[in-house]
Amino acid sequence: MKHSNKTYWIGFCVVLTVLIVAPLVLPEFWRRFLTEILIWGLLAMSSDILIGYTGMISFGHSAFFGLGMYGAAAALLLVSPPNMWLAIIFGLAGAALVSLFVAFFSTRLRDIYFAITTLIFSQIFYVIIFTWTEVTGGENGLAFSRPRLSIPFIYSVPFTTETLHWFVLAVVTACYLILRRITQSPFGMVLQSIRENEPRTRAIGYPVELYKIVAVMLSGLFAGLAGVLYAIQNKFAAPDFVYFLVSGETVIFNVMGGIGTLVGPIVGAGFFLLLRELLSRLFGDQFPYLIPLGFIFITMIIFLPQGLLGFARRWLNR
Amino acid sequence: MDAVTQFFQSIPYDQIIIQTMNGIVTGMILALVASGLTLIFGIMDVVNFAHGELFMLGAYIGVIVLGATGSFWLALILASLIVALLGGAMQIITLRPLIGRDPLTTILATFGISLILQNYALWQFGPSSRKINEPITAHFNLFYLEYPWYRLVIAALSAAIIGSFYLFLKHGKFGVWIRATTQDRVMAQAMGIPVPWVLTGVFAIGAGMAAASGVLFGPLVGVNHTMGLDWVLKAFIVVVVGGMGNLGGSIAAAIFISLLESYASIWVNPSQAVIVSFVVLILTLLFRPTGLFVPTPK
Repeated sequence: MKHSNKTYWIGFCVVLTVLIVAPLVLPEFWRRFLTEILIWGLLAMSSDILIGYTGMISFGHSAFFGLGMYGAAAALLLVSPPNMWLAIIFGLAGAALVSLFVAFFSTRLRDIYFAITTLIFSQIFYVIIFTWTEVTGGENGLAFSRPRLSIPFIYSVPFTTETLHWFVLAVVTACYLILRRITQSPFGMVLQSIRENEPRTRAIGYPVELYKIVAVMLSGLFAGLAGVLYAIQNKFAAPDFVYFLVSGETVIFNVMGGIGTLVGPIVGAGFFLLLRELLSRLFGDQFPYLIPLGFIFITMIIFLPQGLLGFARRWLNR
Repeated sequence: MDAVTQFFQSIPYDQIIIQTMNGIVTGMILALVASGLTLIFGIMDVVNFAHGELFMLGAYIGVIVLGATGSFWLALILASLIVALLGGAMQIITLRPLIGRDPLTTILATFGISLILQNYALWQFGPSSRKINEPITAHFNLFYLEYPWYRLVIAALSAAIIGSFYLFLKHGKFGVWIRATTQDRVMAQAMGIPVPWVLTGVFAIGAGMAAASGVLFGPLVGVNHTMGLDWVLKAFIVVVVGGMGNLGGSIAAAIFISLLESYASIWVNPSQAVIVSFVVLILTLLFRPTGLFVPTPK
């Protein structure tokens, strides 16, 4: 146990160092690409708390992600000069409100019903954002300028692609460590026991509904943070990101990378985005990349239910 | 007294009657889609995410056959058959290996299928929508509107398909097999019923029903690659409100929700009328999570 713990931290440091050094080596395009993988990875990681640890498949993560984005947009548009920390606070508040709403209703249901209701809820927010043109900009979304990287009262510079990458990396790493700590805490253990056997967990005396609501909210908060990061990176918020396809891709990242591992979803996001990039380079922009990716996805569900990371782990342990 | 008469005069009766008819027509089509979905769920424990895409594919095949032969009814029958075969093949390839695994994996697998089909349609047919011509162009007068007979024909046809399916389930040999499999899969297998093939058959029937509703509905709106998602979402709401796996409940819920949406569209624009069905869903989840049209268990 002690030994594997040590290898874990060595591996963690190696990967972190590679990610820190990467933007210094990579050309501009791939630098942005790597940052994007980290952001999508954070979104996928946030939904792993539900899919992998609590056993609830959420098809509604686009709502949390999107509201994080629009929250950040509100802060950046309303307050001048645009302030990064305010954007984060607004985005988190937006995501928290939505996830409280979704959690309150959808945790009354289990399994498949949970998946369907989260999907329908995300679609509600999509319709609202899409049709409420005066506030949300409707189909066109909102564009804003990027805030400066700042530590209040001490330090403030404009973002470059390198510093943006390091900032995102720092946030994602912090989130990863927090989520890892949460899943290993007594709270995380209760979530896992809900996944394994819900009636028994209830019989022992845990308020299962409350745990589920907290799990959904937690997951929503981290998804919202991913939305804020994405808004800061791309300087716009659009209803497309609240659309159900984003939730679907989040689930795909999880399944491809390996559910219940936290790192797996990031690997999955990287794998998916790289494959997509590769396909569109080989066959042109118009190529329907989701067709081959869909086939890979189905094949992996049937033959590789542990995902890439689970497969690699089993192969290493052999 | 004056205020009361004024209130009664301000109700747009003509619009309410028109919207009632519209609501029943869309409700019957929705019932056809949702009954396939609820059938597949009730018997196979599979939530078919690709159901909307089967609906869309049916409509596209309808467009092609109609273009080639010029006969709407032939298009309806061929589209149902082809999509039923396709559905059966899909079930054999992707869902059969997943039998016995967590039912949640079937959501993922059918979601993958829906992605493939939707993008295939976009790639093959392009983003602009196609038109299916109405086979019956006659109208009758309804207040200031010329109401097409075709809409009433759709409602009647949907009802006929659902009704004949119900009779088949009650009295047909394969129908009895299906019901036996629903009740007890292992026992049915022991009695010599080929359970895996029953499951494939059920999926094929559900797919065929979705395709039929796609062709029937095609003339009312254009046929495009995103039409599936709207319908599958509505069908999901219907199935949750009506009680999962409950055929009668789904039909009642389909008509109920469509009527509400039609009435709402008198006052707000149709894209916002969708919110009404979301509200119904939320209220159902709050007060009757097992479904509105399910008898209270004693």
